[in-house]
Amino acid sequence: MTDLTRLTIAAARDGLNAKDFSARELTAAHITAMEAANPLNAFITKTPEIAVDAATASDARRAGGAAGKLDGIPLAIKDLFCTKGVLTTAASHILDGFTPRYESTVTSKLWADGAVMLGKVNLDEFAMGSSNETSYYGNVVNPWRRTGDNRDLVPGGSSGGSASAVASFSAMGATGTDTGGSIRQPASFAGIVGMKPTYGRCSRWGVVAFASSLDQPGPMARSVRDTAIMLESMAGFDPKDSTSVNMPVPNFEAALTGDIRGLKVGIPKEYRLDTMSDALKKLWDQGIDWMKAAGAEIVEISLPHTKYALPAYYIIAPAEASSNLARYDGVRYGLRVEGKDLSDMYANTRGEGFGTEVKRRLLIGTYALSAGYYDAYYLKAQKVRTRIADDFRAAYEKVDVILTPTAPSAAFAFGEKGDDPLEMYLNDVFTVPASLAGLPGISLPAGLSAEGLPLGLQLLGRPFDEETVFRAAGVLEEAAGFTATPTDWWRG
Amino acid sequence: MGMIIQGATGDWEVVIGLEIHAQITTQSKLFSGSPTTYGAEPNTQVSFVDAAMPGMLPVINEMAVEQAVRTGLGLKAQINKFSIFDRKNYFYADLPQGYQISQFLQPIVGKGEILIDLKDGETREIGITRLHLEQDAGKSLHDQHPSQTFVDLNRSGVALMEIVSEPDMRSPEEAAAYVKKIRSIVRYLGTCDGNMDEGSMRADVNVSVRKAGDEFGTRCEMKNINSVRFMQQAIVYEANRQVDIIEGGGSVKQETRLYDPVKGETRSMRSKEEAHDYRYFPDPDLLPLEFDDAFIEAIRATLPELPDEKKARFIGELGLSPYDASVLVAEKEVADYFEAVAKGRDAKLAANWVIGELFGNLNRTSKNLADSPVSADALGELVDLIADGTISNRIAKEVFEEMFDSGKGAAAIVEEKGLKQVSDTGAIEAAIDAVIAANPDKVAEYRSGKDKLFGFFMGQVMKATQGKANPGVVTEILKPKLDV
Amino acid sequence: MSLDKAAVAKVANLARIRIEEKDLEPMAAELNNILGWVEQLSEVDTENVEPMTSVADMRMRWRADVVTDGGYVEDIVANAPGHEDGFFAVPKVIE
Ligand SMILES: [Mg+2]
Ligand SMILES: [Zn+2]
Repeated sequence: MTDLTRLTIAAARDGLNAKDFSARELTAAHITAMEAANPLNAFITKTPEIAVDAATASDARRAGGAAGKLDGIPLAIKDLFCTKGVLTTAASHILDGFTPRYESTVTSKLWADGAVMLGKVNLDEFAMGSSNETSYYGNVVNPWRRTGDNRDLVPGGSSGGSASAVASFSAMGATGTDTGGSIRQPASFAGIVGMKPTYGRCSRWGVVAFASSLDQPGPMARSVRDTAIMLESMAGFDPKDSTSVNMPVPNFEAALTGDIRGLKVGIPKEYRLDTMSDALKKLWDQGIDWMKAAGAEIVEISLPHTKYALPAYYIIAPAEASSNLARYDGVRYGLRVEGKDLSDMYANTRGEGFGTEVKRRLLIGTYALSAGYYDAYYLKAQKVRTRIADDFRAAYEKVDVILTPTAPSAAFAFGEKGDDPLEMYLNDVFTVPASLAGLPGISLPAGLSAEGLPLGLQLLGRPFDEETVFRAAGVLEEAAGFTATPTDWWRG
Repeated sequence: MGMIIQGATGDWEVVIGLEIHAQITTQSKLFSGSPTTYGAEPNTQVSFVDAAMPGMLPVINEMAVEQAVRTGLGLKAQINKFSIFDRKNYFYADLPQGYQISQFLQPIVGKGEILIDLKDGETREIGITRLHLEQDAGKSLHDQHPSQTFVDLNRSGVALMEIVSEPDMRSPEEAAAYVKKIRSIVRYLGTCDGNMDEGSMRADVNVSVRKAGDEFGTRCEMKNINSVRFMQQAIVYEANRQVDIIEGGGSVKQETRLYDPVKGETRSMRSKEEAHDYRYFPDPDLLPLEFDDAFIEAIRATLPELPDEKKARFIGELGLSPYDASVLVAEKEVADYFEAVAKGRDAKLAANWVIGELFGNLNRTSKNLADSPVSADALGELVDLIADGTISNRIAKEVFEEMFDSGKGAAAIVEEKGLKQVSDTGAIEAAIDAVIAANPDKVAEYRSGKDKLFGFFMGQVMKATQGKANPGVVTEILKPKLDV
Repeated sequence: MSLDKAAVAKVANLARIRIEEKDLEPMAAELNNILGWVEQLSEVDTENVEPMTSVADMRMRWRADVVTDGGYVEDIVANAPGHEDGFFAVPKVIE
């Protein structure tokens, strides 16, 4: 029998419907793969028992002719989503032992459609990072390696565990969250597809907050179609989230018509950095040619405030985080480090519970909001954010989607970036602007770097026009015909 | 009139501003669906949102918005159709989120004004700076355990309106009158039960002193005072403390102070003082709060007659004195009771009976109007008996006592005790003749010109008839008999 | 604007994060590095530009005033490091 873990979600769905195999078999295969992939450290908590029970129930439903959209499909869940009765850590020491008594809206929807949870996957602590090196539970390793070089590479971040689990065929798909690129950049580093929906499309209820005005859950999988199938299940209005938009969820899979004739594709000149590798420049041009060949019209556009997106982001996100993370005080859940009085207990708990990068951002955020600096930092950044959103609004008068690279480079090795945080922040240069504007974006693997590592292209769309993004991405995926996979060295 | 402190260097004026936190009358909390029931078991009125569990999000309660607007209209204030919720960041055991959702730069209600009622019915206008919506915090209990503080989040997230006054008050009496008036208005509106013992109304009092005509002095804030009496004591103590400091060559330090009703003094609250920089910023989990004129007008259409309008009507249409009117309108229940008694009757007479006998007996038995044994109708019946001459005022007082203690009706009591006023001339004449016959000497004195003795004869006759004789009739018959 | 050791200590206290004395200096350097880079925002003309309040252009929805939640004290205190008879317990606070 073929290796079930190599199937796409769409193919597995058809196989299950055709009774070629059962959900139990499909799940068993993935549990084996998940165990074999231990060296990647993608999972913080594995839940094989839950998975087997869910698969058994799924087979019963299918037998009764009541199978849901994702019935029997084994998924990995980023450990930022609260899961009832299952340890939820945000990859932070400060949430030690936290077991929610509630289930996030997005995961509830997935389970309602029959999906199977394999476990909770690793991430940068509180989703703050772009290389998954800040997790209290250790680094996540990218399944990919440079040709002729066996150094471990980062999977990107913050959804690095999700990317690694999907790229290593341990899970058919995974949930991610994207604040400044945390779905798209790791997808690009791991050679998979990652979709960040429009802000407000997926509920944030039950997702540990990093930066409320930017956080958005989304799917990660091995094909554009698979992310479309997953998003249709994850998305939808939630009265428990005041920023959730009350709009019907389209049939995203149906948007994959393969026809983009007449589609206007914008190419922002500000994204052409001289620091980009030739391979990346070539890949981007290649992408442009593919779209042209498929009948799209290419339009040069300008997003003048692009270079200010990163600095604005690194004020706004930490400022919101400094307030969102104030609830981790050792009183109601998680770690408590005693002190001589309450205030001392707070300082000890938070000093020991948060990692270096999180502390750094909480201090920046606290400072940016403090008396005398608010206007110069936070208020200024929010005004710049308005101008960035206006840039996109103007661009979408002329074009339907925007094509750019996802990240300035391919995956890098641990420690390679040195310890200047700024150098790390630059990873998000192409993904942050759309996050600030709340726009939908997708990253898909389109080629390999000189060292044989996957490189992703990004497509950005209008607010709530994920359909056009999927349609264009489907065509790009078809043209790129990316079939490379990492050698499964981790199986030893 | 203002309070003056005679200092060594001259007279000092006291300047007072108040921030009142009023719990909004709602079923559920400001941003969550958990109940607001008072005095429940610890943490039973708490949702995952109120406990600030990871990933929890706020959703605004429409009734809280409506009540805030209704209160704003009651305060004759500017209603802002666009307002913003901000986060006020600070760490405290009973503040689970590590921030309070409040409104900072753009509150839902802006400037307004109210009239406070002072002695003998005079009034003064006090400015309202703003009213904003915010969450209440939980409760820390420090006395349950030797080494630990216990935290109960039942109040956490309960909807509050903070009503901020201008620094327009000049005496403890004015501050008291202000609190009473706000309380009266929110209770008329049904937006807050005004219950200070249960903490549904608390006042932060800002006090400073200055020489008449000078700039405002540095103020100190005394937080969470939940009794009007304590508030007045705190103001007097604090004002004198500040005068002593300044006249002693020192300067007042702006700070938050705690009033200790037991010691009767205020002391600095360092705990609250240390490095508070609240880092307000718009709550990214919420959007701006917006509504249109139609929403405001719909609420305006449901406003009841408020104390000031009622008072004006009682004076203008019912001819009550300003004092009586303000006493009667302070509590809506009292005003309604009075109007029921006064309906179709002499309003002044009704007012006298409500303020005099009814209040007197309620105080005597420390009852409140709600459990008065004498209903408005019953009192009305008594007033009618006085009006139609069935009983005299003096007898009526007796009857009322009886009604109050037994709950019986006026007519019934008059009947069974035979207190009906006698107007039968025959019976009265007989009584008069008897009195005259019994007092020949007094009669002689009277006739020799001592006509103030007339009262004596009146009294004797009334005595003889156990006060039931109609005084008019007695005079009619007695006078000619004496003046022969 | 540049942060010195003392300023970092003050911010750390505001954020209730214990930072060891020896780490204050390096932390100050890191923060100044980032803040220096952020300075470039001042190049952007934001005259008469409204700060962004929400990316989604929509109106805030209001909840009906009905009790739909609460009443599960065990779930509320289940994860607490310290709790007694339904209360959360913390080191004594002296006011
Ligand atoms: Mg206040
Ligand atoms: Zn307040």
